[in-house]
Amino acid sequence: MAGDRATRQAAGISLRPIGRGLLIGGLFFVALILVWEGAKALGGDPWRFSDAAGHETVYTPPFTWAIASDLSLPHVWKIAGALAAPVQRQQEQSLAGYLVGAALYTGREAALGFLVGGILGLALAAGFVHSKLAERAFMPYVVASQTIPILALAPLIAFAFGNGVLGIVIVASYLTFFPVTIAQLRGLTSPDPRAIELMRSCAASRWTIFWKLRMPASLPYLFAALKVAATASIVGAIVGEGNPGGSQFGLGRAILNFNEQYGSGPEKLWAAMLAAALLGLGFFLIVRILELAALRGRPGAGTG
Amino acid sequence: MTTVSQPVVSIAGVSKIFDAGGGQTRALDGIDLSIERDEFVSLIGPSGCGKSTLLRLIGDLTAPTSGSVTINGKPARQARLDRDYGIVFQAPVLFDWRTVQANVALPLEVKGTAAADRERRVEAMLELVELKDFARHYPYQLSGGMQQRVSIARALALEPSILLMDEPFGALDEMTRERMNAEVQRIWQSTGTTVVFVTHSIPEAVFLSTKVVVMSPRPGRIVRVIDIDLPRPRTDDTRETTRYFELITEVRETLRGRRGERAARTGVASAERTAAEGGVG
Repeated sequence: MAGDRATRQAAGISLRPIGRGLLIGGLFFVALILVWEGAKALGGDPWRFSDAAGHETVYTPPFTWAIASDLSLPHVWKIAGALAAPVQRQQEQSLAGYLVGAALYTGREAALGFLVGGILGLALAAGFVHSKLAERAFMPYVVASQTIPILALAPLIAFAFGNGVLGIVIVASYLTFFPVTIAQLRGLTSPDPRAIELMRSCAASRWTIFWKLRMPASLPYLFAALKVAATASIVGAIVGEGNPGGSQFGLGRAILNFNEQYGSGPEKLWAAMLAAALLGLGFFLIVRILELAALRGRPGAGTG
Repeated sequence: MTTVSQPVVSIAGVSKIFDAGGGQTRALDGIDLSIERDEFVSLIGPSGCGKSTLLRLIGDLTAPTSGSVTINGKPARQARLDRDYGIVFQAPVLFDWRTVQANVALPLEVKGTAAADRERRVEAMLELVELKDFARHYPYQLSGGMQQRVSIARALALEPSILLMDEPFGALDEMTRERMNAEVQRIWQSTGTTVVFVTHSIPEAVFLSTKVVVMSPRPGRIVRVIDIDLPRPRTDDTRETTRYFELITEVRETLRGRRGERAARTGVASAERTAAEGGVG
C-alpha cells in the first residue's frame, strides 16, 4: 500500500537519495575525466610515455588548443601523482596530506562562519517577520552588503579583527547570512493566513505561532538556503585566508602559493581546487542529511 | 436547572467597513443576531454578502467597525483568549509536517495541556470523527473528506462552547458532502457545542440547522431568520420529505425575493449608496 510505504519512510531517515546521488556523481566524475583526457587527446600537448627500458613513445594530438595544453589542463594522472608526491622538496608530507590538513583547517573556519552567519540570518528573518518597520529599515543594507565585493572587504576585516581565525570567520559568515536571511524570511511568511488565524483562535501567542507554525513551515526554505550557505561559507573562508593579511594555513593560503608556482607545477593548484570542491561537497552533504532528518514524513522530502 | 439562559452569541448593531483601494466597502450593516446554546445556525447568502466576515467577527479574527459582539457574556476578544472557539475553514489547513494525531493535538499543546490528558483527548476526538486508524498518517496521505474530518477533530479538541465553520464542505463533491453533513449532525448532537455554519448550499443549510439566517449582499444585512423544524435525527430519508422541500423553497424564495425587491428599488438603493459613499469618502 502506498500509505504503508510512506509511513515506513516517515519512521526513519532514508539515506537512499544521498547514496544514489553519490553514485551518479561518481559516474559523472569518471565521465568528466574521460572528457578531460579526450580533449587532451584531440588538442593537447604531445603525450610522452616511457617504458621500463627508458624508451620513449610520443603521441601527438591532431589539433592544438590552448585550453587543452598541459599548463591549462594537466593530465589527470599528473594531478594524482602530485597528490602522492611530497608537497615540497625535502619534505616528508605528501601534497594529499598537506591538503587534507589545509581542508580541515579551512573547514573549521567555514563551519564557524556558517554557524555565525546562519544564526545571524535566522535572527534577522525572525526580526523582519515580526516588524515591518525593521524589515524596511534594514533590508536595503542587507541587500547592499552583498553588492560589495568580498575581495575589497576581506582585507578591511583582516585589518580590523586581525589576521587570525576571527577575521576569516567573519568573512565566511558575511557570505552566509544573506541567503539564509532572504530564504528564511520567505519561509517564515509562507504559512497560509488561515493557519495563523487558526493559531489565534486558540489564543496562541506570537512566540507560540513562531515556534509551532512559522518555524516548521520555513524549514524547506531554510534548508534550500543552508545548501547555498554551506558552499558560500567555504568560498568565504578561502577568500579570507587568501587575502594579503590572511592566514598562514588553510586552502586559501595553499591556493595562493600554488598559484605562484603554477608555471612549474599546475597540477598542485588543480589538486588544491579538487580539495576545495570535495570540502564543499562534504558540507553540502551534511546539510542534506540534516534536511532529510528534519523534513522526514513531509511530502517530497526525499527529493531535491 | 434554574440558570437563566444567556445567549452564546449576541451581536448588536454591528457594521463592518473595509478600506479597499482608496474607497470603502460596507460589508455588513446593522447586524443584530442572537444565538442560543446548542443551536446550529447557518448563515446563507450570495457571494459577497459578508457571511464569512460575520463569522470572523464572531471569532474575533476581525473587529467590527461599530457595534458589539458578545460571546458567553464577554467581549469576543476575551472569549478568544479563553479559547471558547473551535474553527473549521473551507480548506482543512492541516500542518503537513504533523501526523493526524499531532494536528489534532495542536490546540491542546498551545493551551499547555499535560501530555497524558492530551493523548486521551486526541484519541477521543479521532474516535469521534472515525479516523482512529489514521492517527499516524500524514495529511497528504488522506482524502479531502478525511482531511476535513481531522480539522473538525482539531477544532473540537479544546471542547469549545462554539464551533465556527466557514464553508467547510464547499470543496467536496456532492456525495462526500452529504456524508459529511450526516457526520456533522452526529458530532453536534454528541458534543453539545453551538455551531455557526457558513454555507452556499441551501439543502446543506436546511438539513443541518436549527435556524437559517438569510443575508442580502452589499451591504450585508440579515433578511430573515428561518426556523427549521425538521425532526432529529435527520437522515437520508429526511431529504425526501415534503417539509424538507418546503423549507428549501422558503429559503430559496427569501434569497430570491430579496433580489427581486432590490431590482425594484435599484434607483433608490444606488441613490442611497451614492449618498453613503459621499458621506464617508
